Amino acid sequence: MSLKQNLHNLKEKYKGTKMAPAFNAIHTFLYLPNEVTHGGTHVKAADDLKRTMNIVILAMVPCLLFGMFNAGYQHYAAIDSSLRADVLANFFTFDNFWIGIIKVLPLVIVSYGVGLIVEFIFAVIKGHEVEEGYLVTGMLVPLIVPIDTPLWMLAVAVIFGVVIGKEVFGGTGMNILNPALTIRAFLFFAYPTWMSGDKVWVYDAVNRTGTPDAISGETILGSYAQNQEVVYSTFDKFMGFIPGSVGETSTFLILIGAAILIFTKIGSWRIILSAFVGAAVMGIIFNQVVAADIITESSKFYGLMNTVWWEHLTIGGLAFGAVFMATDPVTGSQTNKGKWIYGFLIGFISIMIRVFNPAYPEGVFLAILLMNVFAPTIDHYVVQGNVQKRLKRAKVKTA
Amino acid sequence: MSKDIRIKKGLDIKLVGVAEKNISEVKRSAIYAIKPEDFHGIIPKLVAKEGAEVKAGEVLFYSKSDERILFPSPVSGKVVEVIRGSRRKVIAINIAATATQEYKDFGTKDASNMSAEEVKNHLFASGCWPFVKQRPFDVVANPNQAPKAIFVSAYASAPLAADLDYTLAGKEPELQSAITAISKLTEGKVHVSVGANSNSPLSKLNGVELHKVSGPHPSGNVSTQIAQINPINKGEVVWVITPQDLVIIGELLLTGKFNATRTVALTGSQFSKPHYVTAIAGASVSDLTKDNLNTDNTRIISGNVLSGKQVKESGFLGFYDNQITAIPEGNDYEFFGWNKPIFNKISTSRALTFSWLTPKKKYDLNTNTNGEHRAFVVTGSYEEVFPLDMYPMQLLKAFMYKDLDEMEALGGYEIAPEDFALTEFICVSKQPHQKIIREGLDLMREELG
Repeated sequence: MSLKQNLHNLKEKYKGTKMAPAFNAIHTFLYLPNEVTHGGTHVKAADDLKRTMNIVILAMVPCLLFGMFNAGYQHYAAIDSSLRADVLANFFTFDNFWIGIIKVLPLVIVSYGVGLIVEFIFAVIKGHEVEEGYLVTGMLVPLIVPIDTPLWMLAVAVIFGVVIGKEVFGGTGMNILNPALTIRAFLFFAYPTWMSGDKVWVYDAVNRTGTPDAISGETILGSYAQNQEVVYSTFDKFMGFIPGSVGETSTFLILIGAAILIFTKIGSWRIILSAFVGAAVMGIIFNQVVAADIITESSKFYGLMNTVWWEHLTIGGLAFGAVFMATDPVTGSQTNKGKWIYGFLIGFISIMIRVFNPAYPEGVFLAILLMNVFAPTIDHYVVQGNVQKRLKRAKVKTA
Repeated sequence: MSKDIRIKKGLDIKLVGVAEKNISEVKRSAIYAIKPEDFHGIIPKLVAKEGAEVKAGEVLFYSKSDERILFPSPVSGKVVEVIRGSRRKVIAINIAATATQEYKDFGTKDASNMSAEEVKNHLFASGCWPFVKQRPFDVVANPNQAPKAIFVSAYASAPLAADLDYTLAGKEPELQSAITAISKLTEGKVHVSVGANSNSPLSKLNGVELHKVSGPHPSGNVSTQIAQINPINKGEVVWVITPQDLVIIGELLLTGKFNATRTVALTGSQFSKPHYVTAIAGASVSDLTKDNLNTDNTRIISGNVLSGKQVKESGFLGFYDNQITAIPEGNDYEFFGWNKPIFNKISTSRALTFSWLTPKKKYDLNTNTNGEHRAFVVTGSYEEVFPLDMYPMQLLKAFMYKDLDEMEALGGYEIAPEDFALTEFICVSKQPHQKIIREGLDLMREELG
């Protein structure tokens, strides 16, 4: 008997049992189900949620691969800064990639492994199908954590994020907060000394602290926040040859991901564009504040405020957040008008937090989480606009 | 021109199996069936018991809510069986047809000399009232309400729909007579819409306001047109009649006979020769499709692929339908069907689906759901195929959690289930939109109507 027939027989056998969702999850991964329409439309379009999620993952793969090389590159370049002289020659090396394999892949495996186990357990308990939402979350998580995040911390955070961020609301499609950002926020607030230091961003920087081999793990935002000189060129920043969370450094590859999302009509171009616009506007405002001598060099905000507005777009997690996290359709604004407002405020508030938050100079994840909470409010007013129009039409009529 | 209707949002689903323009007669079926469920929201009170002899136009049952609304037999013959379901609900009334059709004579009428009351009573008596449907709620019209306008859409934009310009050609006298009569029923206008470049027999009628329609499906849906011409507000009612039913009303007025004969399109890839046949409402599907249909693993639909009803080969043509569609069932697994590139299915995204490359191609879609049922996730996609000025996802959700205030405020009075057929087609979460809307409208009708 063929695999197809065997699996079909097994599916029939498990039907109605507790294990059915778990089995179906694996089965539907291999085969598009044999389900047919009944009632309603007799034909359906080709897309399903798995396909949609799959495209988002594909769009992130370049960032992941780059992040694996960058993990090694930042490590070796921190030891021997002469490597930075010729980035392109020293970047795509197997040594670099090897660091990626031993440091980044475990993050991916733990993220998916722990997250999917939680999903399966909930699916079996609740008797619903295993939903695809975690396929994307599981990929996002390793890309937005620092390279030296301990795996046990990640595992705890993933459990927290999936259970509290998603499952308690009823699973994919019902959650209020972006689960990946819930995980990130949990890490940040549960282990603040670890997560907000200047060490975790470069592999091995933590272990070497206090030894003669100590290396720096400072990010650009960290340097700016302390009003220090930044050694990286604009090209480095845009291409991503800088320290940072695993997959968020390369603005260039993130833009390629954005192009994939927009072309396939899966990510909202309205959110992506307006987030960048919002960040630029806030950046320009701060630049003007500095230009007007309201803030002087003695201020602790000077470094970040004086950063040219377009540079803000290429450093930190802003681009990654705007493209891959803000566009989450479940937690984002759901109306087209609302998306403009939602995206704009994410960019705007990101830069504001980035500049004013002394403890941790990156505001994107907080800005997105904040706007996740406000997205339904934005939508409410947009939809009320439509409702008012309808009421007004009726009034004109009767008047 | 403000009178013309042009929409951009929508989707033309191009399928294999367009009906060729030739009409063949099929032999008279032995059994005809009338299914009360074709008349949504009507509770039937049976008049013709088993064994009763009826002529075409004689009453089979009436509506429990208004006993003036009669439902006629489309053929002459003998009621051989009343099929009942649970709680003795009438599922179907089967009539064994006589070899030659005998009509009950309702007398010829001159529509222009009739008063509104006379028209109404004539439609009641002859069993033609069920052809008049109403918005809101998309049910047989309540004769006690005054419609602010009457709408007739003679532009069929649904997939593989019968070409009304072709099937109604030469019916001008009937159409004119019917329009003259029904225009008495409203203080407002009778709006007739035809395709932008068509030579529709309806484009030369007197006493109507004509609209030319262009754009993708659902431009032919009445709701789309109503929204553009004269949107429905709370408390208002409009009536809707299809042009093929106008022909029946017109023939009744001109000849005194109730003749529910229509030109029916046989469409879809499972027909070896998709074309048109003439048939009486309630005809047996097997007779209509004889020697023409590949019945192996086939889904037969009375109506179109978006809003039609599934029927068996042994089943019967729906009372209002002028189309039978047959497409392959999709009850097979597809290896890695969720992530491999797709060329043979339609999609509005470009997620490794390539139908955007070939907008003119005709597809042979099957009934596979192409994925499993999920909660609403993706946003912004419905709006691209939904031309009404509403928020379709918010409206669907309000209909699911049945908040009557929101259902009303978001546009519940202006919609019919068929308006959510395209959003259902493209829905990534495979939600049953039309069912949600139907159930919500029923609730609204019960509570607010």
